[in-house]
Amino acid sequence: MCGIAGIAFVDQRTLPAQALLEPMIHALHHRGPDGYGFHCEPGVGLAHARLSIIDLATGDQPISNEDHTVQVIFNGEIFNYIELRAELRACGHQFRTQSDTEVIVHAYEQFGLEGCLQRLNGQFAIALWDQRARRLILARDRTGIRPLLYCQLADRWLFASEAKSLFASGSVSARLSPASFGEIAHFWAPIAPTTAFEGIQALPPGCYLTIEGTRHQLTQYWDWNFDSAPMTAGQRQLDDATDELRELLVDSVRLQLRSDVPVGAYLSGGLDSAAVSAAVRQVHSNKLQTFSLTFDDAEFDEGTYQRQMAAHLGTEHTERRVSAADIAAAFARAVRHIETPIVRTAGIPLMLLADTVRAAGFKVVLTGEGADEVFAGYDIFKEAKIRRFWARQPQSRWRFRLLQKLYAYLGNSPTQFAGLAKSFFGQGMEQIDDPFYAHRTRFDSTSRVNRFLAPEFRTRVPTSDAVLAGAHLPLPKAGWPALARDQYVEAKTLLAAYLLHAQGDRVAMAASIEARYPFLDHRLIEFAARLPANWKLHALEEKYLLRRAVRDWMPANISRRTKQPYRAPDSSSFFHHGQPLESVADLLSATSIRDAGYFESAAVGKLVAKIQRGQAAGFSDNMAFMIILSTMQLHREFRLRH
Amino acid sequence: MPVDYKNAVRAFIQTNFILSQEIQLKDSDSLLDLQLVDSTGFLELVGFLEDHYGIKVADDEMLPENLESLDNIEQYLVRKLKP
Repeated sequence: MCGIAGIAFVDQRTLPAQALLEPMIHALHHRGPDGYGFHCEPGVGLAHARLSIIDLATGDQPISNEDHTVQVIFNGEIFNYIELRAELRACGHQFRTQSDTEVIVHAYEQFGLEGCLQRLNGQFAIALWDQRARRLILARDRTGIRPLLYCQLADRWLFASEAKSLFASGSVSARLSPASFGEIAHFWAPIAPTTAFEGIQALPPGCYLTIEGTRHQLTQYWDWNFDSAPMTAGQRQLDDATDELRELLVDSVRLQLRSDVPVGAYLSGGLDSAAVSAAVRQVHSNKLQTFSLTFDDAEFDEGTYQRQMAAHLGTEHTERRVSAADIAAAFARAVRHIETPIVRTAGIPLMLLADTVRAAGFKVVLTGEGADEVFAGYDIFKEAKIRRFWARQPQSRWRFRLLQKLYAYLGNSPTQFAGLAKSFFGQGMEQIDDPFYAHRTRFDSTSRVNRFLAPEFRTRVPTSDAVLAGAHLPLPKAGWPALARDQYVEAKTLLAAYLLHAQGDRVAMAASIEARYPFLDHRLIEFAARLPANWKLHALEEKYLLRRAVRDWMPANISRRTKQPYRAPDSSSFFHHGQPLESVADLLSATSIRDAGYFESAAVGKLVAKIQRGQAAGFSDNMAFMIILSTMQLHREFRLRH
Repeated sequence: MPVDYKNAVRAFIQTNFILSQEIQLKDSDSLLDLQLVDSTGFLELVGFLEDHYGIKVADDEMLPENLESLDNIEQYLVRKLKP
């Protein structure tokens, strides 16, 4: 894990001074505190901040091929580097290091760019300079685990792991992108290539960008794909698929345990992280170190299940207890690292947990993230299934009542009163071909923040229709099964843009921790894409096949447990005895709001007053508050210009 | 003189759901269709009706027919508060 930054001059001749790269890479010190490396030659400059995990002795970057005509820096891990290395050596390539980085340059030479990327099993953001072709290549892993941002200026291209590095170059000014605000107000985050900042683009997951002088081309080399006909859904096939899933998960964990430093694991109390930790047990018998979040607020706490699973596996278990005050205290730091307005606080406790992991002497941790997208774990999939079932007979007096089986974990469930639920979830029910069929209610709920926008800024923020018709928005294929379409939208919006960012890379790297995601091994994703829908969502039982595959590895009450989304206290974290914390009152004062220019101060004042009265009970108010507060924090942190 | 239920409820909705003054809520507007109130918002609305008018809204009365628009709410309150 590391940070990368660099520059490519359009004239392909200018020699960048290392001093140009130093402030950029120093801004990424938290991503790679173990040392810096540079490579400058006419036309290009590469900089690397290293977090040493594999090949501690000789793995410094940049790394080149045998004749130094291909240079690479990268952030992440190539988990199958041992197998690739053997294959490449058999082809005659000479290796100078034991690192995973070196396989990239040789694989690029041997297989070409696409062939190289298709062979990599990993999580990566790569910058590769091909001196002979005078070509800079930026490439990103399939699902968007590692970040890679870039911007095009008149005479140069700049790229970096985080925007703060681009700002540190002195060539890029920080301005909030109104387009990104429109996307955040629907998808919870900007969708690549959009970022929170004007002029800065994110390389979309599964894509590479080639830059040669002024010319550039973006190409997608991988995507979530549900084209294949599903497997036959017989009992024998179900048993075979269960075995295959178990083997794939164990193999994914085996690869992701590759490291020259100890690897820990998160335990959330749910099925997915329990499955990952249990799979570690299938690979080796060393004492596993596990880490968990617990909350002062019982509504969010899953400590009982975490401790039960830790005891079951006999792990060395560490808990990090988080209070509302802890969340408020860490808020500014989290926004600094996340670099986008946030809709929930949930990433902040994860940043604090990463601090705990680091303090325990670990640099790497396995997580269960991704299983809900790959194997259909979220209530939103069930909700869509019920609505489609109901839409077949809209007059049915009982079909919509299935909705009452959902959202039981919420204090104020939107399904608790059948009559209202019928109206609420009945909206758009008949639009079964809508690519956002499952997600419209979430989008509508989040977009209520738009009512707080200042009139002038609102004219620059795209409308709902414009956001959902956005040209770069990834859309599922109309011919895919309904659940597949919903999974695709979830994978490209919530997972890639929000979870892997604001609750993933950014908050882990804030503490110099590399999070790994065994469920996002592309072999598992491609396997799951061929499963019949009812092996994922079996009636209303989520992640059916996964439960079946791992049930013998854990106590029954955990393998059978209904999905509990990970949440943390939101607006309530920023008020004490009904009063906003001093920092919050300052950020949201009428003067601050007016000066920043994004929001209407009177409307924000009413929202704050509502929270003070204890009346902000629902998602909409909490999300609006978090978006407003974090936008204001971002404005202050990065001295955004309007 | 009839009680002006609609204006009291309109004022609550305007304030509680922080609607811009530009939004002129008509009596027949569906709070759901216009996305002015979400499912949790209806619980806030019910809380207001109970506190303000001293009534108890039963679970089986939580229906769009009673709560979806200012017209519906007024009719519901008239029925509910009839001596």
